[in-house]
Amino acid sequence: MANFYTDNPDLRHHLSHPLMEKIVALKERDYTDADKFDYAPVDFADAMDNYDKVLEIVGDICGGKIAENAEAVDHQGASCSDGHAHYADKTVENLDITRKAGLMGMSMPRRLGGLNFPITPYIMAADIVSRADTGFENLWGLQDCAETIYEFGSEEQKQKYITRVCQGETMSMDLTEPDAGSDLQSVMLKATEQPDGTWRLNGVKRFITNGDSDIHLVLARSEDGTKDGRGLSMFIYDKRDGGVTVRRIENKMGIKGSPTCELVYKNAKAELCGSRRMGLIKYVMALMNGARLGIAAQSVGVSEIAYREALQYARERQQFGKPIIEFPAVYEMLSVMKAKLDASRCLLYETARYVDLYKAYEDIEKERRLTPEEKAELKTYRKYADACTPLAKGLSSEYCNQNAYDCIQVHGGSGFMKDYACERVYRDARITSIYEGTTQLQVVAAIRHVTTGTYKALMDIYAAMPFSETLAPVKERLAALTGKYQAAIDTVQAVNDPAYTDFMARRLVEMAGNLVMAYLLATDATRYGSESMTKSALVYANMAEAEVNKHSSFIAAFKPEELALYTQA
Amino acid sequence: MSLNIIVLAKQVPDTRNVGKDAMKEDGTINRAALPAIFNPEDLNALEQALRLKDANPGSTVTMLTMGLPRAAEVIREAMYRGADGGIVLTDRVLGGADTLATSYSLAQAVRKFGNYDIILGGRQAIDGDTAQVGPQIAEKLNLPQVTYAEEILGIENGKVTVKRRLEHGVETVKAPLPCVVTVNGSAPDCRPRNAQRLMKYKRAVSTSEKAHLDEKLKAFVDAHPYLNIDEWSAAYVEADPQQIGLPGSPTKVKAIENVVFTAKESRRLDNNDQEIENLIVELIANHTIGG
Repeated sequence: MANFYTDNPDLRHHLSHPLMEKIVALKERDYTDADKFDYAPVDFADAMDNYDKVLEIVGDICGGKIAENAEAVDHQGASCSDGHAHYADKTVENLDITRKAGLMGMSMPRRLGGLNFPITPYIMAADIVSRADTGFENLWGLQDCAETIYEFGSEEQKQKYITRVCQGETMSMDLTEPDAGSDLQSVMLKATEQPDGTWRLNGVKRFITNGDSDIHLVLARSEDGTKDGRGLSMFIYDKRDGGVTVRRIENKMGIKGSPTCELVYKNAKAELCGSRRMGLIKYVMALMNGARLGIAAQSVGVSEIAYREALQYARERQQFGKPIIEFPAVYEMLSVMKAKLDASRCLLYETARYVDLYKAYEDIEKERRLTPEEKAELKTYRKYADACTPLAKGLSSEYCNQNAYDCIQVHGGSGFMKDYACERVYRDARITSIYEGTTQLQVVAAIRHVTTGTYKALMDIYAAMPFSETLAPVKERLAALTGKYQAAIDTVQAVNDPAYTDFMARRLVEMAGNLVMAYLLATDATRYGSESMTKSALVYANMAEAEVNKHSSFIAAFKPEELALYTQA
Repeated sequence: MSLNIIVLAKQVPDTRNVGKDAMKEDGTINRAALPAIFNPEDLNALEQALRLKDANPGSTVTMLTMGLPRAAEVIREAMYRGADGGIVLTDRVLGGADTLATSYSLAQAVRKFGNYDIILGGRQAIDGDTAQVGPQIAEKLNLPQVTYAEEILGIENGKVTVKRRLEHGVETVKAPLPCVVTVNGSAPDCRPRNAQRLMKYKRAVSTSEKAHLDEKLKAFVDAHPYLNIDEWSAAYVEADPQQIGLPGSPTKVKAIENVVFTAKESRRLDNNDQEIENLIVELIANHTIGG
């Protein structure tokens, strides 16, 4: 049985990033928990050893049971009866094993029963789980809804709910409604306050992943007569109280093990989480950022399995007297798949580290005043995290779809049959670029970091880092491409037309993504001394160069009045 | 009721992935060439023990293993999964033991342990495949034994109810406590290592492992009693030197050879005593069975 952590040396590389020392020191408050909890680390080395050993458990379970179960889960799928969603039998088994392994509430503090892991190793676990069973990653990964209760809930709510999540209860975030998808301001589910201070929820939610969970976060309209986001608040619904039924579950193309529910709220008792009116404008935004990072991790896991399945098949399949991997058309596909995989993984962990840093400062800020230096760092890391999250989610999800497509292509006709895992991977991949904000919405979130220069600032930081001798020429090429990227931004901004900027936004964001990823891959490959990453960095640089040039020439040649050509009647 | 449960476990070479250098020229196992693992069916036994513990709050699960000092690895592994602690029975004079000497030695350790309600172990170890040690321990301790257990259904009024896996079905039996139960590989898999337990117990060391730690770690282990894995010697368990190790092992390896099973060697016998007797005579004559 494979171990999905130890069979992938890149994961240990990423975990060993030098910023981890700072992240862990902040998260562990200089290791003061060791006196109170017998499983708390005593120093940095101890903490890192803990992450490594726990990820070994994750890799063991995923490479064993969860990967073995994936096909059966996909075939059986979830079902719905008597107002409830029911997991596939093997999903129940997967949940049981992850609970027993104590992998729920990983990033929650120890006083609430969690492991107090930083986001980075938690996200690494998500990456590994997704490779084993992409749909299961949703159910397991929804534990990060606890983060919202931790950040915004009352102490009583933390004690009541987070402890249960750490024991293995599942969560869901009930946001979408039939008429409120990408546009969450239109949420209608009605919340009515009771004399005793509790609330009652009435209405319908749709497309709710794991909608029959134990603990729900619900976005609902608490302010009568309002129509926009400022009338929405966040609530916690406890399944033990009852009042919500599952009307149906969706019959989906992929991630079939993860039930997607339509929920009916009939006077369901709920508690307000945080302050009224802050539901969408503050809490959902925070929740979404966490969820988007989760989807980026899920996408990387999909890219990983797609690459591995394709590689194995290409090595085994013989045509014209030799394995097909020896043909340029096939090995090019595989090397580009690997480069996209490695590039998205570099960005994933870079983003996770930024999130870790700013969240640790935010958490410390609850206990004491931050020094001016700490405050400045918090601001900077939050900006980087805000910039990198939509980039990671947007590009990694697109890449995993491309990799899943190419994985089938490498399999040829066999890949179109249900006989190989690649067809499941292809179906499972498809949702990643849609949920938690489509790629188009990631562009909307990312474009301001193009225009305000956040990505350019990051590129400058990376360009000042060491490059290995092999990768030194890449540095020169990336510097030249950064110039083209800047020129393209200037061209678009000079037109000063919002519709035109929106039209070009995708191209600018992709250019930023290509450059940031190319820099990260080259500097990470140098830092970790990894041959395979160096190879990927060179392959990715070629690809990034072609992509940046493509967008650059498109933007340069495009006349703003041509926009009319693209509008649809 | 709370139970004192002993689980017998063995660290074995991983014979499931055997390469060319798995055997030494003298016919013994080349342990250096094979990774040492937790004997698989002992993990099934551990799961049954942990389920008993879950169902009977206040129970303790103690691992007992005989082997080299490094066998403490299986005890740590069991602690990560839910065992409370363990003992390594280790002594130079115990080396070279066959199943008879092994079961005598382990039975002595169990006697020393004293207060126990049930002893669980895997059906057999994947290195020797004898399935003799569990039953022999039961005999030496004069305890009832239940073999091929697939599930322990419960303990009530001092009796354990066990579902056994037989060749053509299952059988449910009851046995009075204390008793020995050996667990079959068809029983449920052992639960995984638990993250919190792993972080808590990762520094657990046996007495001889502790001797190699630096002062700081040694002090840490001393300050946390649950991190100490006891080592017991032959003298400590009051073992008779003539019944342990090589002197206590009547089994002698005559020769080791590679056997390739082929279908043409199958033969059909008629269902009568004469045919079976003829076969037994033949197998004794060609040394397949007997001395």
